[in-house]
Amino acid sequence: MKPRSRYLDRRYFRALAGGTCALWFAWACLAPDAAAAPNVTSTADHAKFKELQRSFKSGPDVTQACLTCHTEAARQVHKTKHWTWEFLHPLSGQKLGKKNIINNYCTSVTTNLASCSTCHVGYGWRDDTFDFTSEANVDCLVCHDTTGEYRKAPGKAGHPLYVEEKDASGVVRIPVDLAKVAQKVGKTSRDTCGACHFYGGGGDGVKHGDLDSTLAAPEKALDVHMEATGPDFTCATCHATSGHNVPGSRYTPTAQDTKGPVMRGADASDRNPATCQACHGTTPHAGRDARKLNTHTARIACQTCHIPAMARGGRPTKLSWDWSTAGKLSPDGKPISVKDAKGREIYSSLKGGFTVGENLVPEYRWFNGEVKYTLLSDKLEKSSGVVPINSFGGRPDDPRSMIWPVKVFKGNQPYDPVHKTLLIVHTAGNDDTAYWKNFNWPEAARTGMAAVGMPFSGNVDFIRTEMVWPITHMVAPKENALACRECHVREGGRLAEITGVYLPGRDRATWLDLIGWLAVAATLAGALVHGGARIVAYRKR
Amino acid sequence: MERIYIFKRFERFWHWAQAGLIIFLMVTGFEIHGTYSAFGFRKAVELHTIAAWSLITLWVFAIFWHFTTGEWRQYIPTLQKVDAMIRYYLTGIFSSAPHPFRQTTLTKHNPLQRIAYLFFIAVISPVIWVSGWCYLFFDSWKAWGLDQYLSLQWVAVFHTAGAWMILAFFLGHVYLSTAGRTPLSHIKAMITGWEEVESHSPSGGTKS
Repeated sequence: MKPRSRYLDRRYFRALAGGTCALWFAWACLAPDAAAAPNVTSTADHAKFKELQRSFKSGPDVTQACLTCHTEAARQVHKTKHWTWEFLHPLSGQKLGKKNIINNYCTSVTTNLASCSTCHVGYGWRDDTFDFTSEANVDCLVCHDTTGEYRKAPGKAGHPLYVEEKDASGVVRIPVDLAKVAQKVGKTSRDTCGACHFYGGGGDGVKHGDLDSTLAAPEKALDVHMEATGPDFTCATCHATSGHNVPGSRYTPTAQDTKGPVMRGADASDRNPATCQACHGTTPHAGRDARKLNTHTARIACQTCHIPAMARGGRPTKLSWDWSTAGKLSPDGKPISVKDAKGREIYSSLKGGFTVGENLVPEYRWFNGEVKYTLLSDKLEKSSGVVPINSFGGRPDDPRSMIWPVKVFKGNQPYDPVHKTLLIVHTAGNDDTAYWKNFNWPEAARTGMAAVGMPFSGNVDFIRTEMVWPITHMVAPKENALACRECHVREGGRLAEITGVYLPGRDRATWLDLIGWLAVAATLAGALVHGGARIVAYRKR
Repeated sequence: MERIYIFKRFERFWHWAQAGLIIFLMVTGFEIHGTYSAFGFRKAVELHTIAAWSLITLWVFAIFWHFTTGEWRQYIPTLQKVDAMIRYYLTGIFSSAPHPFRQTTLTKHNPLQRIAYLFFIAVISPVIWVSGWCYLFFDSWKAWGLDQYLSLQWVAVFHTAGAWMILAFFLGHVYLSTAGRTPLSHIKAMITGWEEVESHSPSGGTKS
């Protein structure tokens, strides 16, 4: 059942229970408004603002109207990663952010911005000429829409459709009613954040493993905090945002939070409000096993036990992506798509081969919050094994390291065998070098590498890579948390690969057990021989 | 034959309660160790912990009892007649030779028993209890300033070593309980309190 219809059903039931036709009539008239106004506690009804009671030509046109009241909003957004797609890591000094890193999904936004910036909080980032100082170019609606009707159109560099268009398959696309959306703005929601974050990597659930569209209105079993008919957390309930700067980025993850819950009024400027501990503290367990369970919290991330599996909502997540097989076309030269028995795409001419999965047991790693990326400037040897796109810091003897659940995503991606670097490839676009148009790797790489001023040898090889994603969403109800035996088991436990820690039930001193068994066997043998001899001696008498 | 009242009521209760708890601790403990699966890890840990605290409580009473009654002297080791005991177990027992040790209410344990029980009290018990408490209070190591000295791995090694010693001790103990005047006489005595002993000879002591 879709969330919206459930919401209406509940309303319907209440109206009937109210018992009068008048109520029913009133409800029927008001229902569309009621359904579209989740922020009923707001003191402002934007539909009553003169500034918004007009027609709008474009997104920037709306933004300028927003800024007449929200004077600082755009400048706040300008400072955020959502706008810059750039992040200078304070410790490693690495220049990160979407603009700079290469991953092993779609690999890079460079030269593909018209397509990628569909998820930029701005309008018009098509190439280097984009004006990052323009306040009008900030897209307020993509985060603050409450109608569900606002959509940035693919290939429009972050703009929605302003005029009716037919897409390649002949489907007519309707432009968005900007005035309506503007008059109904509100707080961010799972839908607005999810419009990009659920679809990272090019599709629903592809990238993270713990974020997909099933979190728009989850059941309790999928997410105990976001349960649509329960606590109904939005993303911002945990990623408590101030001045548009959303905390809780994976570029500076908080692997360990040793402090107690954040109290109102307390100075929490050094805290990440999105950690479990920021609400639950470090000794959150109650009841019979509380003490024993609380001893786990010093070195085991809450997520390890409380997120028993990834991609639990029914949407698969991608597990691997092999770019090297891309480009196989149908006999008449058209791109093809291959699906598995469950209808999930496992091959696309544009992208290559994939493996996908759902309801997956994560891998587990020691993690201290330090993440180092492999960047374009790094020299890589194909012979030295799988290249870590990002490496998680962490060791068992480092007290800041915790055992974390992670999704490990395996890639096989374009690589320059002469210059020994990863390659930026120009995939999206209508020009002659775009891979998705011409399926020519060297041309696509030449354009990509030229755009960042890096050398390209003309040869395209493929190199195996691995990217690690911390798993932190889709927290299950406590009764679904891991049982002790999932890890405390001699063989095949979830933490079988975790070294450097003594895990009762899994570990033992084999030499000691050998001595123990020998001692027991010797005692038993002694008793048997001695007892047997006594019996024999007794019989003889 | 003479019957003497050797094990008082509390002593018998203590012995059997302790026996039950130790067996149960071994069963749950070796499951936690990963040797087999019976209760399930979580249940095994819970039960093991409950049994451990129960045994500690029992020991508090037992220690109090031993000191107030002076019975602790029963465990003072002696080398006297140890050789005779060993000789008896190696040869005499097969030829119905008389037991070299005569139980009295003041010396209820033979010299080998004294040494074995003292070993249990002075070596095995501290190993198992200290390591077990470290295990139980794992979360307090830091607060107590012990985290720099302790590692769970070594705590586990000592605790497991203690467990193996107890298992070996238990097996030997059960077997030797049949080595009384008759195979069941010691066990009967531990149940009823009364042991049948050879009549007191005028010379006393070793007897023959």
